[in-house]
Amino acid sequence: MRARVFVTLKPSVFDPQGRTIVDALHSLGYHNVSDVRQGKYFELDLATTERAQAEKLAADIADKVLANPVIETYRIEVDGS
Amino acid sequence: MRFGIVVFPGSNCDEDAFHAASSVFGQEAEYLWHKDADLKGADVLILPGGFAHGDYLRTGAMARFSPIMGPVQAFAERGGPVLGICNGFQILLEAGLLPGAMLRNTGLKYRCEHVHLRVEQTDTPFTSAAREGQVLKIPIGHGEGNYFAPPGMLQTLEANRQVILRYTDAAGRVGEAWNPNGSVNAIAALCNNARNVVGMMPHPERACEALLGGVDGRVIFESIVATFRGAESPALHAMGRPAKDSVERPAQDSVGRPF
Repeated sequence: MRARVFVTLKPSVFDPQGRTIVDALHSLGYHNVSDVRQGKYFELDLATTERAQAEKLAADIADKVLANPVIETYRIEVDGS
Repeated sequence: MRFGIVVFPGSNCDEDAFHAASSVFGQEAEYLWHKDADLKGADVLILPGGFAHGDYLRTGAMARFSPIMGPVQAFAERGGPVLGICNGFQILLEAGLLPGAMLRNTGLKYRCEHVHLRVEQTDTPFTSAAREGQVLKIPIGHGEGNYFAPPGMLQTLEANRQVILRYTDAAGRVGEAWNPNGSVNAIAALCNNARNVVGMMPHPERACEALLGGVDGRVIFESIVATFRGAESPALHAMGRPAKDSVERPAQDSVGRPF
């Protein structure tokens, strides 16, 4: 199964890259963009066919490695087989 | 005393730290490879600057899984002095030996320059030879030195006097213009609750010889050497113990400016 892990900075943490991107978008004329938050995206191909097991494994990896809980949160989607 | 310099794949300030400890201060020094299982009798550990394991995921994120980090953690828990410099500081944060995390510099640029730092606390093994309020000029070189701690954690850090150095101007004043990376409360260095583990973004090992443009980093090495020599002095007895929670500090710097 494939797990997708989206890691983003917590809403309370300033994102200097997102800020720079939104400034760039404004300079390109996209004035309707009020904010941008940059994050990280991981695709994990897992050798399991059980959804619950895949979710648990991906969460374990996200907790231990992919995200720093002081500054980041994550969301997991599991699909396919 | 014997310095243990921890070397990760991608460390690049290990030789500078080794040189400072051995050639400049005449102490024994030993490299400790990240896969080593023991600390070779080191009295003090330095986690040097660089890009451990490439820093591809987050700075310091993978280094904490290196085999040497088990013994490093045990050494720190026994009260052994540990200094993380730059990437070493980032590793100590990721390993949970120090609280908080690092973000990209607010300006997104890699900053490589001399900065001024005000010594906030002298009751750590790495600042005991400094004066409180002393201003040091030491170089930095980093892209992710924007120290962050959530409000509650920050309050605890300040109350426990865990902030050791702050970015200031030459007169020791805190201000946005003197903060090279956007660190909260202008924090450049901090210690753990027991005060034996210190992390700092500036590079004292690069400021130990006049030939290299300054000697203000010497006081960090002089502190640890003097601490080790004076192991029976009353000052040391105060170290290695948790700070009293009752110690309060006003939320402003010495010239009355709020952080």
